[in-house]
Amino acid sequence: MNGAPSPLPAEPAATLTERLRAIPMPWLWSFVGAVLVWLVTAGVFGFAIAGNVVATALVFAIFMVFAGLGQMLVITAGPGNIDLSMPSAIALSGVLGVQLMKGDDGMIAAGVAIAVAVGVLVGIANYLLIRVLRIPPIIATLSSSFIVQSIAITQSRGMPPPPPALQAFATGQLLGLPSVTWIALVLSVGLALMLHRSVAGRSLSALGQNARAAWLAGVKVERVRCVTYVLSATIAAFTGLLLAAVSGGAALDMGVEYMLISVAVVVIGGTQVTGGKATVAGVWGASMFLFLTNAILNAVGAGAGVRSVVYGVLIIAVVVVAGGRPAR
Amino acid sequence: MNGTLNRTFSLTLDRARVRALLPALSLVAVLVPIFVLQPATFSYFGIGLLLNLAVPLVLATLAQLAIITANDLDLSIGPFVSLVACIGATLLVSKPWVGVAALAGCVLLYAAVGALVEYRQIPSIVVTLGLSFVWNGLAVLLLPSPGGTSPAWISSIMGFQTPLVAAPIVWSTVIAVAGHLLLMRSSAGVRLRGSGGNPRAMRRFGWSLVRAKATLYGVAALFGVLSGLCLLGLTTSADANLALRYTLLSIAAVILGGGEFVGGRVSVIGAVLGAITLTLAASFLAFLNVSPDWQVGMQGAILIVVLSLRVLLQRRGGLR
Repeated sequence: MNGAPSPLPAEPAATLTERLRAIPMPWLWSFVGAVLVWLVTAGVFGFAIAGNVVATALVFAIFMVFAGLGQMLVITAGPGNIDLSMPSAIALSGVLGVQLMKGDDGMIAAGVAIAVAVGVLVGIANYLLIRVLRIPPIIATLSSSFIVQSIAITQSRGMPPPPPALQAFATGQLLGLPSVTWIALVLSVGLALMLHRSVAGRSLSALGQNARAAWLAGVKVERVRCVTYVLSATIAAFTGLLLAAVSGGAALDMGVEYMLISVAVVVIGGTQVTGGKATVAGVWGASMFLFLTNAILNAVGAGAGVRSVVYGVLIIAVVVVAGGRPAR
Repeated sequence: MNGTLNRTFSLTLDRARVRALLPALSLVAVLVPIFVLQPATFSYFGIGLLLNLAVPLVLATLAQLAIITANDLDLSIGPFVSLVACIGATLLVSKPWVGVAALAGCVLLYAAVGALVEYRQIPSIVVTLGLSFVWNGLAVLLLPSPGGTSPAWISSIMGFQTPLVAAPIVWSTVIAVAGHLLLMRSSAGVRLRGSGGNPRAMRRFGWSLVRAKATLYGVAALFGVLSGLCLLGLTTSADANLALRYTLLSIAAVILGGGEFVGGRVSVIGAVLGAITLTLAASFLAFLNVSPDWQVGMQGAILIVVLSLRVLLQRRGGLR
């Protein structure tokens, strides 16, 4: 089906939706949605404003992309896997990083190191709760997030601003694109290569499709699961550091909104909720879609309540249209 | 597991028995330190005070239990309970019939969502995640800032002093027994559990899975409505974010009560005990004089400790 017109006449005429469903690109939908919303914005407010919206999206929707990528890895690890500790990892790494760097440009490396340390520790703690104490991931990551959040609170007294060089880098541009966008692009390409071309990535997909089959096939199931949670927490920790840099300081609640949004972005993007099938591009499409929708609702003066209802209806509509498992 | 004594012990302690025992043990594990630290709580008023907020959580937990029975997970119960409280604090006071209609509409919507989840075979986590945004948005529209008043009849029911035993215990017991009889002892309850435990078999017997799921979601909504109204009666004013934490607390309570995420394996009495344990854990923290910084963290730690009791009691360890 590589674009060539199909000469087979015997095939019964499929309906349009069936043909669209057959396209093996689950991420396409989110991009279609994002473009449609953008066109509506352009139609209502003109292209100049629509262009500005895209420019802001490339900074702020990027943080949804970061959180979504981490969540995507965890969700791909199979049914039940979810990481609710991302907001607290974002907060702790932002707070600790800012406290350690003390606004000193020379300490940026230390700040990055502490972010990595936070990510690895939170990820391992999550994994151990799930593995050793056999707590379901949704409750395990929630409990650990409570403790991590408390640690962040104790460290949050008298926070200095982030180092000027880090701020300049995070808010600056590189070859016409914001530098945070570049970081997200590099991370996405890396993750896509890992997921689709490396043994580790294929192991993760195998684990998500059928943990027992993966184990029998020689996949080191527990190691893969552990690395997944560590990666997710580390991505969250980096997000925290970048968020602190972009917004000129760390705040304890700066990650709160990403708990549910990260899941929404992953699902709307076309990653299979039951695991085993991830799509990096979909996370981008869905982040842009949700951000642009939010922007247009803001622009027409809709309040927080209306925005929330529209968000919810959109999420449900996308899943209903995309459908789930084939009926038994 | 060595020795004949241990062997016979572990044989009698089969899975069902362990599941039944665990919630009670967790409850004792939290209750004993409280009585030791504060002997004054061992009285009618002390227990009433400790368990003051238990009833709404018990009801929300049973709502979650209904969804977990269907093999699903409800991420929207907290926002839903908040929305009910907001409806109760505004519409139910000013225009009672509109309020009742709104609550009935919510229940029907919940049931419709259940039918949709089964009909389209879509993941409940995502649908209820979307619903949580919808409920929260509606609550914000209805009550943009905290306020409102509780209808007098709800406050008087919640303030009712029962003889001999504190009211929260009486209510929780009544709810637990009624729920147990309905879900575990009635034939309709067995059918509903079967639809989560072995859907294929149920379908081959000719039962409609769509109807079963719609029923379970509808039951969940009913419990959610009761929970919201109880909470309103206790707090006497509402807020769109009043009960957001109920989502995860209710899941934790069901798990604590011996429920499992798959297979329709649930225990009503266990879940009620789980909800009471979690309520007590919050009161326990107040007695310990933990610094405010660590309040949240201690909640997480208690959750972990209580849930890890399961591992100590469960017979089989090993892989997954």
